[in-house]
This record gives sequence, structure tokens and C-alpha cells, in this order.
Amino acid sequence: MIQQLIFAIVLLGFSFLIARRVRLIKKGIELGRQTPLTGDTATRWKNVLLIAFGQKKMFKRIVPAVLHFFIYAGFLIINLEVLEFIIDGLAGTHRFFAPWLGQVYPVLMNVFEFLAVAVLLSCVFFLIRRNILKIPRFWSAEMKAWPRLDANTILTVEIILMTAILTMNAADQVLQLRDTHYTTTGSLFFSSFLMPAFENLETGTLIFIERAAWWFHIVGILGFALYVTYSKHLHIFMAFPNTYVARLEPKGYINNMPVVTQEVKSMLGLAEVSTSPPTEPGRFGAKDVNDLSRASLMAAFACTECGRCTSECPANLTGKKLSPRKIMMDTRDRVEEVIKSQAGLNDGKSLLGDYITKEEINACTSCNACVEACPVMINPLDIIIELRRYVAMEESGSPASWNSMFQNIETNFAPWKFAPSDRFNWAKE
Amino acid sequence: MNIPTLADLTAKGETPEILFWVGCAGSFDDRYKRVTKAFVKILHALDIKFAVLGNEESCTGDPARRAGNEFLFQMQAMSNIQVLNGYGVKKIVTACPHCFNTIKNEYPELGGTYEVIHHSTFLQQLINEGKIKLNDGHAFKGKKITYHDSCYLGRANNIYEAPREVLEALDADLVEMKRCRTTGLCCGAGGAQMFKDAEKGKKEINVERTEEALATGATTVAVACPFCMTMIMDGVKSKEKEAEVSVKDLAELIAEAKGL
Repeated sequence: MIQQLIFAIVLLGFSFLIARRVRLIKKGIELGRQTPLTGDTATRWKNVLLIAFGQKKMFKRIVPAVLHFFIYAGFLIINLEVLEFIIDGLAGTHRFFAPWLGQVYPVLMNVFEFLAVAVLLSCVFFLIRRNILKIPRFWSAEMKAWPRLDANTILTVEIILMTAILTMNAADQVLQLRDTHYTTTGSLFFSSFLMPAFENLETGTLIFIERAAWWFHIVGILGFALYVTYSKHLHIFMAFPNTYVARLEPKGYINNMPVVTQEVKSMLGLAEVSTSPPTEPGRFGAKDVNDLSRASLMAAFACTECGRCTSECPANLTGKKLSPRKIMMDTRDRVEEVIKSQAGLNDGKSLLGDYITKEEINACTSCNACVEACPVMINPLDIIIELRRYVAMEESGSPASWNSMFQNIETNFAPWKFAPSDRFNWAKE
Repeated sequence: MNIPTLADLTAKGETPEILFWVGCAGSFDDRYKRVTKAFVKILHALDIKFAVLGNEESCTGDPARRAGNEFLFQMQAMSNIQVLNGYGVKKIVTACPHCFNTIKNEYPELGGTYEVIHHSTFLQQLINEGKIKLNDGHAFKGKKITYHDSCYLGRANNIYEAPREVLEALDADLVEMKRCRTTGLCCGAGGAQMFKDAEKGKKEINVERTEEALATGATTVAVACPFCMTMIMDGVKSKEKEAEVSVKDLAELIAEAKGL
């Protein structure tokens, strides 16, 4: 009874903390500009299904894709067992579903164990890739102490949680032989290998180990769920809405600014006479996160810092400061800073300047390699263009040679300094 | 060369099949003007009724938009749209992937909706229809050619196969670079980089890309974009390989193979 009470309190406590974080993140994303979703809803759902659920784009790199798939499948399927954990925890039952599922239960348990072992091994491989093989994209400039610790923490915690499941099942199987209170599960393939370690222990010790592993696993999962909201690991949830809101236009398209269209039309004498007063244009482009679209901010929370974008970026590959992954990480960091501080957006800081420099955005070739590379359809280029718009239109702070290019287009209708009347000379040469 | 302008044709009461959008590089860049002429020769040889805008053409605004100057982009876009709509233009062919992308994807919401075709697709269609036939014995038969994907054709607009099919018509030995199609490496000129120096770094992007092209052992690097052409040619020069390796646009390859 006391165990049930403690469990209920723990469950409520974590639910409260997680709900608070979810509200805060929602508030963060809602700092952004609301932009309409254009295009076909069916295509959006198709993207969620194929790219988020089906992980289609992950498979461009086969080794991490397979390992990641084990962890992903493990996460989805093993978490079904969490439902049983919660029912057992609240009702004081043991293996609640076993009598209901009969013969199916041991099969399911074996599947869970297989996945637990697959997850465990995949996490070990991933730790080796990161820390011993030192895959370059995990060690580039923006992968400072926290992002590296974050990644290693997640992998380590997953290994410990999986070990807890296997320990619990092994101890449980030994107990099944001694006490009829323990529902018979039949032999579980993987954890039965651990049984010899427990066979010589006293029943009291075994009960303690089994309970401890149970508690460790469920509290671990609840703690992990809370941790995830602070971590890059949030992609496990945000990847889904992100693939839904990701834009559907060809990648070469850059979004239009209707405010500018209005002004240009009136300058050219093309504007329809408007009866409503002109709307406040706000800022041109983006200086801070509230100037970006909600889709861009959501993307920042969906980024798991895998660095596939940066490893394909021509600017980054040739030693320039730009890293598309850093653009996403900076955006999220700035949103987190704004939602956590009292001053909010008025803290005297901004995304452009305090996080992202002009040197970075000026290095982009808009080649879309980063957009193509992202497994969850994040678009760093959208953010780069918005920042450039702010620099060009609000600050007139573009590089000098771009300002000359602008001037050439304005006066010569070509980006180079040639007389417009010479445009057709090629035909005579 | 007799190049009809849309103004001339309209005055005569005629309508061309296509408008050939020449672009700024096609009009002003000394090297790239040869591509413009090669394409025109193909059009003439096939008796395709086309016109150009001549002095009425002006920058699409692509580099302005990508450098962040939305005002300038829209000024350019709207005045171009006024001209194009004024003539009732329906179908546009261009050799520049940047012009192609801008007119095709970005002009519609500003009031300019046309059928826009990149010359790689246009040439591919002509080849498939049997209108471009190449005889044996031209200079590129069996030669090693590698194709450099333009970002604004490839990733930006999913055009990967048309340029390759054009090259296959040459019956050449088409070799791919390690990074090609969706993972093709940019030449370094997109996003208005063409009009400024690169930011500080360890290497120029065009050199990185050129090294990859040279590693294939190809004697011709085929391109389908004026900016890529400049960048790869500069790369080849910096490697002092211009005697052995030539950089050519698809239209030039076809025109040369046809002896035009």
C-alpha cells in the first residue's frame, strides 16, 4: 500500500514537471510569427509517415540508420511495457497483463527483451562512434561541453534502463521457481542468461533486487522523459510535428514578403486602392527569435544535433564559420533563454549578434545541402535568409560588394556594372 | 546572328513558340556568351521559333533576394512580370538555373505564371523526340565527361536526370564525382556568393569541387549553370589544368557535336 502511494506521488510529481516544461516550450514556439501552412494536407501526413515514422531520410547513411532504428523501435515498443508498469505501480499488482494475454505474454516479453538487448548494443556502438572513433561531426566547433555531455548522458541512461529491465526479468524468473505469487512468464531468452547470477541468493534479497530494478526502471523512464524536454533528445517527439509543418515548395523557393509586395506595388503605381489602414509592417527580416516563423522555432526544438547538415555544408567543409547545425542550436538556445528569463525578449540580447554572427550567415551559398541532409526536414536556410533580410533592409549592413551588386541591379538591371543598353550586344558580336 | 526580339515579332503580328530568357551572365559574361550563342545555334538549326527580350530583359532579382534585399528583388520581379505579361508570354526557356528557379517558383505569387523550362530539360526533350540526332565521329564520343550538378537545378528543383540524359546522347563515358545528385557539392557561387569574396576559411569551395572533378580523370567537366561555369573554370585554372581539362555547358557540347 505504501509502495502504491509512493508510486502515485512520484508519477504525479513527474507529470506535473513534464507538463510545465511542455507549456514553456509551447510558449517558446509561439514567440514566432504565425505563417499559414500552404499546400496539400495529404502530402504533409505522408511526410510524417514516411520521414518521421518511417525514418526514410535516416537511411541515407546505413550504419547509423540501422542502429538508430533499433533504439527507435525499442523506444516505441518497450514503452508499451511502461503501461503495465504504471498499472502495476498504482494497483499493486504484478505483471498485470500476464493473465489477460496468456500465451502471448511470454512472446511479447521475449520481443521486449530482444529490443532491450538491441538498444543496449546500439547505444554502446554509438558511444564508441562518438568518443573513441571521434566521428568529426560530433567534435566540430559548436559541439562544446554541454552538447557532448547531453549525447553521452542519453546513451548511458538508455544502457542503464535496458540493464534494469533485464535484471528485473532475471530476478523475477528465479522468484517464479520459488513463489507462486510471481506469475509464470516461461523462460525469457535473454534474461535467463543472467539467472545463474541470482540463483544462489536468498529469496528476500531477490525480492529486493527485483523491486529495486522495477523502481529504477520506471523512475528512470519518468526522469528521462523530463530530461528529454531540456535535451536535444526532444527530437523523439518534435520530429513528428516538424515533418508535418515543414514546407512543401521546391527547395529553391524563398518565401515571399507580402508587406514588401504592398510597398513595391504602390511605388510602381500598381497598388489597388486599399480602404483599410496600412498594417504595421513590423521588422523586415529577423533580428531575434520572435521575428522567425513558428515553424523555424519548432524546427530548433526538433534538432537532435546529429550534424548531417554541417557535414554536407560547402562553407563549413572549407573552413568557414557557418554551421547549419549551430544555426539551429543557437535558435533553440535563444528561445530557451527568452522563455526562462524575466526580461524575455527585452534582455538587450538578440539571436543575430549575440548568438549568430554576420560572418556565419554571409558564408551561406543557399545550396540546400543542409536541408537535403536533415533526416527530419529542418530548414536552416530559412533562418539564414531571414537574418540576411534584417541586415540588408533594416541595417543596410550587407557586405560592401553586395551593396555594389544591389546598386548595379538598381541602375543597370544586372548585378555587374554594364550599361543596360549593351545587354543585347552579344547578338552582334 | 539573326536573333529575333519579342518586340520585333509582336510588331509583325507573330508569336514565338518560346521565349529564350538569356539572363545577365548570358548577355554580359564573355565566356558565357558562347553558351548563349551555342544554344541559339541549336534553336536555329532545329527551326524552333523563338524570341529574346533583348534590351527589355533585366535581372530576375535572384541575387538580391538571396542576399536579403527583398525590396530590390520584388522591384525587379514586378517590372519583369509587367514586360512578360505585356507580351502574353506563355513558355520560357533559360540556360540559367537561377533565372529558372526564380521565374518558375517565385514569380507566380507576384503575378507571373509561365511554363518555365531549363535548357537541360528542353534539350533532353528534343533528343527524346528525335529532333537532335548526333552522328558518330564527333569529338566527345567515348571521352570521359563528368557532370557537375547545379544546386539550383538539382536539390532546388529535383532536376538530376535531364542533364545526364543529354550527355548520354553524346555517347561519351559519363563518370560521376563522389558527391553527385542529391549530395552534389556546390560550386561556391550560389546565394549571391558570386558577387562577393568568400568568407574567411581554409579553402575555396570551387577548388574543393574542382579537385573532385579532376579526380574522376574526366577531360571535360559539363556544367549547366553560368555561375558553376565560372567557378569550375577558375578552379581548373588554379590547378593549372586548363590545357587538359575543358569546362563546357550542355548546349556547347551538343552544338559542337552537331558541328554547329
